Amino acid sequence: MAEHLRKRHLELAPGAQAGGLQLSRSTRGRRAGIIALLALVLAVVIAAGIGSVQIPADEVMRIILSRVPGITVDRTWPQAHETILLSVRLPRVLMGALVGMALAVAGCAYQGLFKNPLADPYILGVSAGSGLGAALVIAGLGSLPVTFLGAVPAGAFAGGILTMLVVYSLAAHGSRVSTVSLLLSGVAVGSICSSLISLVVYFTDSASRDAIVFWMMGGLSGANWPKVAWLLPYLGVGAGILLFYGKELNALLMGEEQAQHLGVEVERVKKIVLLGGTLLTAGAVAFSGTIGFVGMLVPHLVRILIGPDHRYLLPVSGLVGGVVLVTADALARSLLAAVEIPVGLVMAVVGGPFFLWLLRRRMIPQDR
Amino acid sequence: MLVSIEDITCGYGSRPVLKNLSMTIAPGEFVAVVGPNGSGKSTLVKAVSGTLKPSAGRILLEGKDLNQLRRRDVAQVMAVLSQETAVDFDFTVEEVVMMGRIPYQRRFSAATPEDRRVVEQAMAMTGTDGLRSRLITALSGGERQRVLLARALAQEPRLLILDEPTSHLDIAHQIDLLDLIRRLNGEGLTVMAVLHDLNLAAQYAHRMVMIKDGRICVEGTPAEVVTEAVVGAVYGSRVRVVPHPEEQSPHVILLSGNAARRLPED
Repeated sequence: MAEHLRKRHLELAPGAQAGGLQLSRSTRGRRAGIIALLALVLAVVIAAGIGSVQIPADEVMRIILSRVPGITVDRTWPQAHETILLSVRLPRVLMGALVGMALAVAGCAYQGLFKNPLADPYILGVSAGSGLGAALVIAGLGSLPVTFLGAVPAGAFAGGILTMLVVYSLAAHGSRVSTVSLLLSGVAVGSICSSLISLVVYFTDSASRDAIVFWMMGGLSGANWPKVAWLLPYLGVGAGILLFYGKELNALLMGEEQAQHLGVEVERVKKIVLLGGTLLTAGAVAFSGTIGFVGMLVPHLVRILIGPDHRYLLPVSGLVGGVVLVTADALARSLLAAVEIPVGLVMAVVGGPFFLWLLRRRMIPQDR
Repeated sequence: MLVSIEDITCGYGSRPVLKNLSMTIAPGEFVAVVGPNGSGKSTLVKAVSGTLKPSAGRILLEGKDLNQLRRRDVAQVMAVLSQETAVDFDFTVEEVVMMGRIPYQRRFSAATPEDRRVVEQAMAMTGTDGLRSRLITALSGGERQRVLLARALAQEPRLLILDEPTSHLDIAHQIDLLDLIRRLNGEGLTVMAVLHDLNLAAQYAHRMVMIKDGRICVEGTPAEVVTEAVVGAVYGSRVRVVPHPEEQSPHVILLSGNAARRLPED
């Protein structure tokens, strides 16, 4: 296994042995960050052009630039294109990018915290809790919009945060919390929430039932500028917190005791990572439902490419998460001409087999 | 005193493993802690390294209460080399050794020239500079322990705590590692080592502390601690103690049959 990992690493980093892998790795981390950022910009521009009305990428660029103060661009495009782009496409694409980033960063941090490369942001039951919150609001209020954001995201966000508090207090022993207890209570509370959702679905009317099922599939169809504006602070604060703790997460990968010996306040770091991860996950789920696989696959894949150093892994995973979800949503909107598929379904259909392929890739050389 | 352990009671849940234990470690010493399985050796290491809080008593590190200090400050004074532990994530050797600088680094700051210099020195001292770009997951047990020792040295500690560091190594690697640690001790690094092997402990330590049932039962020079009477009584096994052919230390020869079992039959 170890030998296999090393070989694969060398394949990915030709010439790395000679030059000193540490240096080349950090250079590679930075380079990967720049490439991922460019890819994200490219994905946003292309995805924003895709839809029933096709807008060429250069036109998208020019329309966006025309909105930047201090830049003047010749208006050669139809007004309809500008309206579609600015009021429909862009908020949706940007929301996809934000949700993808949030899930990938949270998943990456949890994979470090739990020392498990297959952990995902939903592992502690936050998605099920958010789902329950959303289901209760939908069943209780019917289709009445309460605030301009909608009551459903508020209910989902509250459900996610509450679930995390319950999971944490069940797992905590005084000021200490073991990651194994967290995982166990997360699974237990998550499955209780899931069964409560089924109960709500069973007893509610069929319109609410449809709405709940649709919400659970995970999609970006309700995107608008206010939602983007609301998601931004959660993403900013959550990701901001986590990006500060790369070094500590690296040390935690060596084991909690060793991390402590290296000067890391392990219990405090755990709480901070949980806080950041919960803000990101609950924020993302509140507006887009539960979109699977982004939070697990993206950090896992990026780790294979650039190594396990969280100082690079966290930001690069975030950017790649944005690229993946923007791309998946563009597919969701354009695969079938007349209907839009929820992006959560696209991710599940594409992500599942991809995940299996990754697993096989890891397993085969080990079996030999 | 570098470390003063004052009358600590320490354990897991309500079961105390260490009972009213006191001991001190002076600067420059090489102290070996020995004792049978379950005697509390590992618990003592956990207490001294600050990962397990004593329920009574206190531990002073350079005169300050260990459990009141920030982990970061503790890690600048004390480094720990544990039993061989599996590492599942493929960090390079240099990345692992650089982790020893965490207690000196600020958030988001890159490695300083000083960090690089200390890491280079730690790798040179442990002979791991040739491994720097290898992945930690791809190393042998002996190589990995040397890398983890380099990481401990990168912390620039005054006290090095060893928790059975040789228990998974073959004899050549055991001697290599302990020779290296003795050399570092000669250069002024204080060492507290929990060792399973009485002979290695007697060979390398200045002073030995033997624990049984959570209490210190014998303490002194290897010649005072490693005697047929003490080892027979503490471990309940039949031994012969002979002088080491090259060193000034006693050497235990194991005889088959346990003393405890033999006694009733005689």
